[in-house]
Amino acid sequence: MSSPTNSTTNENDKAHWDKTTRLMYMHLGAWFFFGYVVHFFVVPLNKITIPILNFPLGFYMAAQGSLIAFVVILFLFAKQQDAIDREFGVAEDE
Amino acid sequence: MTTATGGSSDFIKNLGKMYATYTGTFLGFIILLAVLEQVGVPNKILGYLFVGFTIAVYAVIGVMSRTAEVSEYYVAGRRVPALYNGMATGADWMSAASFVGMAGTLFLLGYDGLAWVLGWTGGFVLVSILIGPYLRKFGAYTVPDFMAFRFGGNTARMVAVIVLVCCSFTYVTAQIFGTGIIASRFLGMQFEVAVFAGLAGILLCSMLGGMRAVTWTQIAQYIVLIIAYLTPIIILSTKKYGIPIPELTYGNAIADITAREQQMLATGLATAAGLKPHIQPFINYTPLNFFGIVICMMIGTASLPHILMRYFTTPTVREARQSVAWSLLFIFLLYFSAPAYAAFSKLEVYTNIIGRDLTEVRPWMFTWGELGLIQICGKNAASIDAIVAACKAIAGHTGVVRLQDFVINTDVIVLSTPEIAGLPYVISGLVAAGGLAAALSTADGLLLAIANALSHDIYYKMVDPAAPTVRRLLVARILLLIVAVAAAYTASTRPGDILAMVGWAFSLAMAGNFPALIMGVWWKRTTAVGAVSGMIAGFGLCVFYLVVTRYFPGAGVAYFGMSSLANPATGLPLVDLAKAMAAPNAMDSWVLVSHPLASKVGWFGLNNIAAGLLGMPVGFLVIYVVSLMGKEPSKEMQAYVDEIRKPRGRTVLEEKT
Repeated sequence: MSSPTNSTTNENDKAHWDKTTRLMYMHLGAWFFFGYVVHFFVVPLNKITIPILNFPLGFYMAAQGSLIAFVVILFLFAKQQDAIDREFGVAEDE
Repeated sequence: MTTATGGSSDFIKNLGKMYATYTGTFLGFIILLAVLEQVGVPNKILGYLFVGFTIAVYAVIGVMSRTAEVSEYYVAGRRVPALYNGMATGADWMSAASFVGMAGTLFLLGYDGLAWVLGWTGGFVLVSILIGPYLRKFGAYTVPDFMAFRFGGNTARMVAVIVLVCCSFTYVTAQIFGTGIIASRFLGMQFEVAVFAGLAGILLCSMLGGMRAVTWTQIAQYIVLIIAYLTPIIILSTKKYGIPIPELTYGNAIADITAREQQMLATGLATAAGLKPHIQPFINYTPLNFFGIVICMMIGTASLPHILMRYFTTPTVREARQSVAWSLLFIFLLYFSAPAYAAFSKLEVYTNIIGRDLTEVRPWMFTWGELGLIQICGKNAASIDAIVAACKAIAGHTGVVRLQDFVINTDVIVLSTPEIAGLPYVISGLVAAGGLAAALSTADGLLLAIANALSHDIYYKMVDPAAPTVRRLLVARILLLIVAVAAAYTASTRPGDILAMVGWAFSLAMAGNFPALIMGVWWKRTTAVGAVSGMIAGFGLCVFYLVVTRYFPGAGVAYFGMSSLANPATGLPLVDLAKAMAAPNAMDSWVLVSHPLASKVGWFGLNNIAAGLLGMPVGFLVIYVVSLMGKEPSKEMQAYVDEIRKPRGRTVLEEKT
């Protein structure tokens, strides 16, 4: 078992964690929007039909739209969190 | 894979080339079988060749990846690149229920079935932003490892092991059951024999090489299952609409279904009570239960140990995050195609079976009717004569198939699509191989999670911490064998409501693990006593709700204030409680699924599949309150939590190997 490198939490760590937490809440919000909020409105959204493809919009969001959003969220999050880790010098070496 | 000791970076560099060659060989093999079919080799032989070849490949990978190193056995040496780990997770995640069952559920439930599609994808966002990368930095071999370290020892470890075993065992039983179904249907084996044959396939992959072998086989299995799932539907879409992207073209099928539904109502082929419009929401689940299922499946995803432990195998925390993104991309490929299967099949049934004269229905149906999977007028649709006779027995039947005459087993939707599309048998064989790959890969991951918890957490950490490496790995393998045989035995007894049990696994994992995992990483003030109490309270409530509503519904109503769930379409109670409670069997215990009250009562109208929705908030609350009542965790522990939050530096837990 390794001992922690630094027993007191310094300013840099705190700033890093604050920024990480903000990013977490942002993506949690996006997750909640695409996982739930959109689907609360399925009945009115189903009245709209996507041109050419012919999908009712409410059905489409649950079958594909939200899924695409989740994939995008994940790739975006991986990139943004890595940028934060680099900014505060806590990223791993390549 | 070629050496037993590992550690060569050449192997990692060559992964792309190796799996590309493998995919090419597999495609060549399909073409070879297609040629054999044309020259007249019988279907049954083709089926055996397909299944035999793919299982042989998995077994070869499994044997070549055998290992005598502890870290290779538990976490594949932590050197699986993000993309490949994503593929392995995809196979780990997508089970027989996803491959065979999902499209059928969407066929039956229409929009409401999408609760499962949403629930089984969105959870990966939580894995990445809340839990996975932090557990990777912590450096655990198993999820109970983390619980034990963060929450003061073996009590937390024991509770975590119980949660893990409860949710994984029900799940693995369902996988082995699925293996048996597919093997018996395509190879004509007896179901019980097929179960144990499938078991042999599973053990070949995981026994010798642990996580390392399972990882490299799961990648091979992912490739087979995704090719198998997409091929028939791409061909069907091209035939019908001229565009090989079914995910775009099935919008037209949905428009046609909606038009046809109106037409069937107008011509008396369907009754307003019997028809469930495909795109209309909340007629199979109430909104509460629809969103309840979505929440439980998502949070369950982020709490299931066999998924979380896949992210222990990446070389870095950074790659753990990327790997979650790749996982969902690979899973997405299957899940966003499942509704297309449902739509194309439904259109076929609505236009070419319903409304047709009994003598003119499409012949593809009879293959499945013989097996009892499609019924018309209450009898197996084995032949034209059989259905004509069955419908004659119904008073006033005009000889035209009506919607209410037609009953289909959900498994048929994916399995019959090649025939609906008029494709040669080789494609059906491909689908069977894909379904098997899905069931085997998930079973591998689950068995490994259970056996690892028993061997690493119980045996090594609690019983004999001085055990030498050789004995630890031997114990791990023996336990794997015992768990596998127990699961296969349970599956061979054909437990009645096996698919509901898969849903329960998610609720159990969610109620037991999620609050403690989240609070352990995100709130330093969480104490050991708080976490253990929260896990027990949340998990306990969830188990209580499941067991009472399913097995002791009468007692639930009489003593625990439960009431009938609501019928989503009408809002009225599902059962007349006064009448049902007066019946002589009302207070029976361990009731069968056919009991009039089983799974039809509860609190707040909550379906027991979503029981985690009760357990999880209680878990969070108890952890919060009990933690605040106790003393703040030590400075040392708080410093460890800080370490987990930073990717750089050594892992907190370092195992001797």
